[in-house]
Amino acid sequence: MNVLYLLLIPLLPFAGFLLTGLFGKAFRGSSAGLLNTTLLLISFLLSVKVVSDYFFIHGLLEDRYVPIIAFQLEWLRFSEDLVINMGVLMDPLTAVMLLVVTFISLMVHMYSIAYMKGEERFATYFSFLSLFTFSMLGLVMSSNIFQTYIFWELVGVSSFLLIGYYFQKPSAVAASKKAFIVTRFADLGFLIGILVLSYYGNSFDFLALSANLTSYDSSFHQAAIGAGFLGISALSWGLILVFMGGAGKSAMFPLHIWLPDAMEGPTPVSALIHAATMVVAGVFLVARMFALFALGGTNVLELVAWTGIISAMMAALIACTQQDIKRVLAYSTMSQIGFMMFAIGVSGYGSESGLGYTAGMFHLFTHAMFKALLFLGAGAVIHFVHSNYMDDMGGLRKMMPVTHITFLLACLAIAGIPPFAGFFSKEEILLASYNANRIIFWLALFTSGLTAFYMFRLYFSIFWKKEKAYQNHQGEGGGLLLTPLVILGILTVVSGFIPFGNFVSSDGVPVSPHLDLKFSILPVGLSLAGIIIASRLYMKESVLPEKLSARLGRIYKLLRGKFYIDEIYLFIAKKIIFRFISRPAAWVDRNIVDGLINTSAAATQLFSISTSGMQSGKLQHYAGYFLSGVLLLIVLFIFLLSN
Amino acid sequence: MNLTLLILLPALTALAIIVANAKLSKVIALSGATIQLILSALLLILYMKAAPAGENGFVFESNKSWFPSLNINYHLGVDGISLSMILLTAIVVLAGVLVSWKVEYRVKEFFFLLILLSAGAYGFFISLDLFLMFFFLELAVIPKYLLIGIWGSGKKIYSANKLALMLMGGSALILVGLLGMNYSSGTNPAGFSLLNHATNGIALNYQMYFFPLLFVGFGVFTAIFPFHTWVPDGHSSAPTAASMFLAGISMKLGGYGCLRVAAYLMPEAAQHYSWIIVSLSVIAILYGALATMMQTDLKYMNAYSSVSHCGFVLLGIGMLTKSAVAGAVVQMVSHGLMTALFFAVIGILYDRTHTREVKELGGLLRVMPFAGTVFIIAGLCSLGLPGFSGFVAEMMVFVGSWERAELAYRFATVLACASIVVTAVYILRATGRAVMGPLLKPEYMGIKDAAWNEKAAAIVLIAGILIIGIMPFHIIDLVSPGTEEFMKQIKKVALNN
Repeated sequence: MNVLYLLLIPLLPFAGFLLTGLFGKAFRGSSAGLLNTTLLLISFLLSVKVVSDYFFIHGLLEDRYVPIIAFQLEWLRFSEDLVINMGVLMDPLTAVMLLVVTFISLMVHMYSIAYMKGEERFATYFSFLSLFTFSMLGLVMSSNIFQTYIFWELVGVSSFLLIGYYFQKPSAVAASKKAFIVTRFADLGFLIGILVLSYYGNSFDFLALSANLTSYDSSFHQAAIGAGFLGISALSWGLILVFMGGAGKSAMFPLHIWLPDAMEGPTPVSALIHAATMVVAGVFLVARMFALFALGGTNVLELVAWTGIISAMMAALIACTQQDIKRVLAYSTMSQIGFMMFAIGVSGYGSESGLGYTAGMFHLFTHAMFKALLFLGAGAVIHFVHSNYMDDMGGLRKMMPVTHITFLLACLAIAGIPPFAGFFSKEEILLASYNANRIIFWLALFTSGLTAFYMFRLYFSIFWKKEKAYQNHQGEGGGLLLTPLVILGILTVVSGFIPFGNFVSSDGVPVSPHLDLKFSILPVGLSLAGIIIASRLYMKESVLPEKLSARLGRIYKLLRGKFYIDEIYLFIAKKIIFRFISRPAAWVDRNIVDGLINTSAAATQLFSISTSGMQSGKLQHYAGYFLSGVLLLIVLFIFLLSN
Repeated sequence: MNLTLLILLPALTALAIIVANAKLSKVIALSGATIQLILSALLLILYMKAAPAGENGFVFESNKSWFPSLNINYHLGVDGISLSMILLTAIVVLAGVLVSWKVEYRVKEFFFLLILLSAGAYGFFISLDLFLMFFFLELAVIPKYLLIGIWGSGKKIYSANKLALMLMGGSALILVGLLGMNYSSGTNPAGFSLLNHATNGIALNYQMYFFPLLFVGFGVFTAIFPFHTWVPDGHSSAPTAASMFLAGISMKLGGYGCLRVAAYLMPEAAQHYSWIIVSLSVIAILYGALATMMQTDLKYMNAYSSVSHCGFVLLGIGMLTKSAVAGAVVQMVSHGLMTALFFAVIGILYDRTHTREVKELGGLLRVMPFAGTVFIIAGLCSLGLPGFSGFVAEMMVFVGSWERAELAYRFATVLACASIVVTAVYILRATGRAVMGPLLKPEYMGIKDAAWNEKAAAIVLIAGILIIGIMPFHIIDLVSPGTEEFMKQIKKVALNN
């Protein structure tokens, strides 16, 4: 393993961040974008080299891919065993993530040169984008859970900066705040989870943690199972809390509320961060610690699975009613991440039972391609129409042929139509859940059909229907804008054929899942039905959708209002935390705590004013004090002596 | 290296300022502060070469009799902990002088007091004699009173009085505590030597009485709940540089005293009262953070957030584990730099807009890209973002606190952790309003960005924050002999029991 190459992968984007961030003004025209894109291209090529070395040169060791600590630097030592190392853990999971992150980021960088052209803060945009890429790469390469947490926070802040890129727009500022605070709340869980796990596992290193806490006869495992709180073992608590962090980043119910608002950021950012890479970090985290989840915590995976399926279904339902095309895509992202999450949740550890794990990661991989494509396509459409709303769109297929075709490919992929990429990964997920948990399977099947429906609702509303009068006719966009679409479009078609299980599996031993054609009939049929219904409703101008929503009445309103979860949060934040906790705290501090201090000062002053009159300078007063003092003493002495 | 130099140089600088004219006084102050920083850096290099040091880890000791009849000595020495404080002081003083470049009213007096204040702080950190330490502590209080009273704004007289009286109250407690320790070995006074007390130990019953006095006394300086209320008023009335000193250095005098005097010399009492310290600091952390959310004035906001952040210092000391104590030290340095940066940038904004009300500001990033970016950086450091110093310090305190496995301590740690969310809320609210968003007033259009002196001040502070945040191993190496010595003292007791 070439350590230099490995280290350069994150460090090149970091160099890009520093250069364009510090010397932004020195860059003219598109040069900042070109510089960072070039750096990222090198980074991507190095990733390809490193990953192929890992799989093909380093290869299998006793039939499995073993994790390698390729690099390690002691960063912060707490005690003998608790050390934060900055390291690189190379294993199949890292390999996949390296490819996904560098590749999608490269596509987005390229696209952004055209998309963000003429922006005042063009260099700043690219520096943030590279900062994000650096952080995300650091996150996926981490060998240490604390290192993961560090980069986890850094991707959070890059996301914050990019959502708030249009910082003069109040809505963008609000969205960036919301995203940061909601995920920070989830990260609190992550942090405490780390404290719990490291305390019992006696290490922060992933490999050591797994080794210590999953071998049933080790003293660490015994202690972690033995200790508990509220009837749940310490080990399970640790995992649940870590999962809370993952759920926040991955926008799982009930911590998903930030994701739709995050669409305030520039569209390429949504493609990179809020579709393909950062939001899947939660899935990655569970996968990274899968041995612990599967072998250590009792029933924690079940929690993961249910969180995943609930989020998947809920988001799909909401997506059917949204008008803003980016928000539809945001909910669809949430829904697809839900698929990955429950796939891992229903998985077991090792060989056949680990199908869910492979399927979840496979879906992460394919989803990154087609979802990035969808977002970049949506960006092109928004660029053309100057609106996010599907009411303002229609009939764009003639004016934007490349966008149209690639968008269609991606829609087919996400709907799970063979032979597009999404079909393979989703089929595996459904198969895994079919084997593990039938309730989840049926819910997933329903959601899968729903996915086809809302995606084609989107597709038909944008590209079919009646043509609107569009203000500008600048054309579809230049080569830089369209090349990424075409590349991703091709990958959307072919990437499903990768024998993913040969590379990535729960325990490192290659598996080859066999897809059953008979099994596929039902899901694909449902998806086709979804597409047909969507075409009936949205292909041509029609009153049917309105009639339908009127018929659904309350349910439609509930979905349109996104189950009113935002309102519930707002109520808790504004009405309860601010009004009943913060404001009283501030009041008590000013009036009671400080009041007591001011009162003591005032009392001292009062005492001094009232006694200073005694020093009047008049002899008769002093004689009086003297006499009364003597009298007092006499009385006192008599009293004391008589006893 | 003769440590007296560290006190002598600011004293001479102050003297030179008196005899110089107004214009020259600035230059003298700036060069004095710069030389002092170089001197501190030199000291660091020499220290690194000298270590491993004497029995208690102190180097460059010099001991001369001062008041033989009272057993008071002029005893100096440094270890890693005091050295990190000295570096912090040098950086903050330099930044403070830089941002005050445009002061117009009574320039000479202003810089004289600033430099005098720093002399007090340096003296405090290098004293190994408790009485000498107390002397320097007092020396650092009076200039603050004048700085706020004369150059302050708002209800400055009230604030100056409040600050001086509360800190004096704390000093009074400290003095009684020190005298108590002096007489702890019966009729024959044990003296004020820190090292003697450390080796001989203090009788248990004396510890129980005098530890609370010393800890609370020093605690007042570092805003221990409920004696923290001088902080918001004092900071908000003070001129920018004084706020930077106050939060950046003065509050550290308290934390340093709690650690080095109270807990180090009276370990049994520290363990005995541990739960009270932990409770008070968790209150300060959370309640301070919640109160911060309600502040509308940027200086009040930063002052309350200082209460919350200094709570981590006390929490780390109260937890009495190695990581937590080291975290407390790092937090002192980190908070000193970060809060000085914050006050500096608030001063820059105020200078241009003449308001510190968050609601009156808005969108300043557009017209002041540098100052706006610094504001965001200070905010991110405050909310504990990795890469900045605050993260390192907080994580050390958290991990160290988690080692206390009793349920109540765990609960306290979780509550302290929860502050990371509250901090994010108030920081982002202020940032989102003041520097982001649309430009609020048309007259802000013509605002000029930070000037050279302000930029230099910000860069010096940010450099310090980043060095700790990105390469924490350096400061840990520096501090850990001191904290290990501290833990030895604590553990010695645990063995005796």
